Amino acid sequence: MSDQGEAVVAAVAAVADRLEAERSYLTDLDSAIGDADHGGNMARGWAAAAEAVADMADPEPGDVVKTAGKTLLSEVGGASGPLYGGSLVFASPELADGLTAETAVAFAETYLEKVQDRGDARIGDKTMVDALVPAVHTFKKSVEVDEMTPVEGLSKAVAAAERGVDFTVPIRASKGRASYLGWRSVGHQDPGATSTLYIMEELLGVARERLDVTEPLPDDAESPTVPDGEVTED
Amino acid sequence: MVGLVVVSHSATAAEGIAEVAGEMGGDTRIEPVGGDGQGGFGTVADGIEDALDEADSGDGVVVLVDLGSAVMNAEVAIETSDVKAVIADAPVLEGAVNAAVAATSSKATVESVREQAEAARGVEKL
Repeated sequence: MSDQGEAVVAAVAAVADRLEAERSYLTDLDSAIGDADHGGNMARGWAAAAEAVADMADPEPGDVVKTAGKTLLSEVGGASGPLYGGSLVFASPELADGLTAETAVAFAETYLEKVQDRGDARIGDKTMVDALVPAVHTFKKSVEVDEMTPVEGLSKAVAAAERGVDFTVPIRASKGRASYLGWRSVGHQDPGATSTLYIMEELLGVARERLDVTEPLPDDAESPTVPDGEVTED
Repeated sequence: MVGLVVVSHSATAAEGIAEVAGEMGGDTRIEPVGGDGQGGFGTVADGIEDALDEADSGDGVVVLVDLGSAVMNAEVAIETSDVKAVIADAPVLEGAVNAAVAATSSKATVESVREQAEAARGVEKL
């Protein structure tokens, strides 16, 4: 097993443990504005994913992510299956050459693109997108513009996701089950944004411990392309 | 013949809707699918993909869905399935009844059945 493959397997296990620990909290958040199944669905799905990837022979990062995503897709159900699992499957080919600063950014962007495409949500709709968009944009900017290592960039991204989660509290939902509640959704933290933050925190923890992706982009790498207006200062 | 798949968060609701639509649908194959696969409410892409296979007799399938995740899981199922299938943007029960009737036409195609399902959006009840 490659070190990187092993690290990604460890990351899936860490996410599974965390979501099991947060099961009731996520369910409480979801019972306020949704159908109270987010904690249970995520804990069950990621536990199955951790089991599936632990059984893989010689896994590489992209294969591990794909297997985890496929398992989530069949185990999680609800909207979280396609959004979390389907997007992992869709973005997994970006890691075909292993984990580098470039592939990590490409993976994050493709994952975000699929989540937005599938869920049709934008910033301010009170969904996981409110945590994911600032996180992915911050990660890209940190790595490509500020020339941080991917692990440092991920740490900035986690902080951005945290602010995104806080941002979901005062706003009114306009996507997903919570949107049926209208103004009654105001004042409640979005469960999807919250679980997205937990997943990222666990990725950061494992990356800090196990990944040797400490080098910034090499000088001879293609110059960073930052789409106009997409990356904002946080 | 074009087949139908009815997706609901509740397996019971999906079965009931398929029953109502079946009253009008003659030989149309109507496959209900619903629930999270663990005995609870929800929708799962795998189950929908199996239903697509069951409903298809070679001419494709029109999928009727209820809320939120039913749409996303149906999209995933269609992407991974070999069956030619489309989602109708229609109220699930009225759309299923319309689609079942439309499917009985000898000239029915996936597109014509979807169109009839979507015509149910404009049905007024009062």
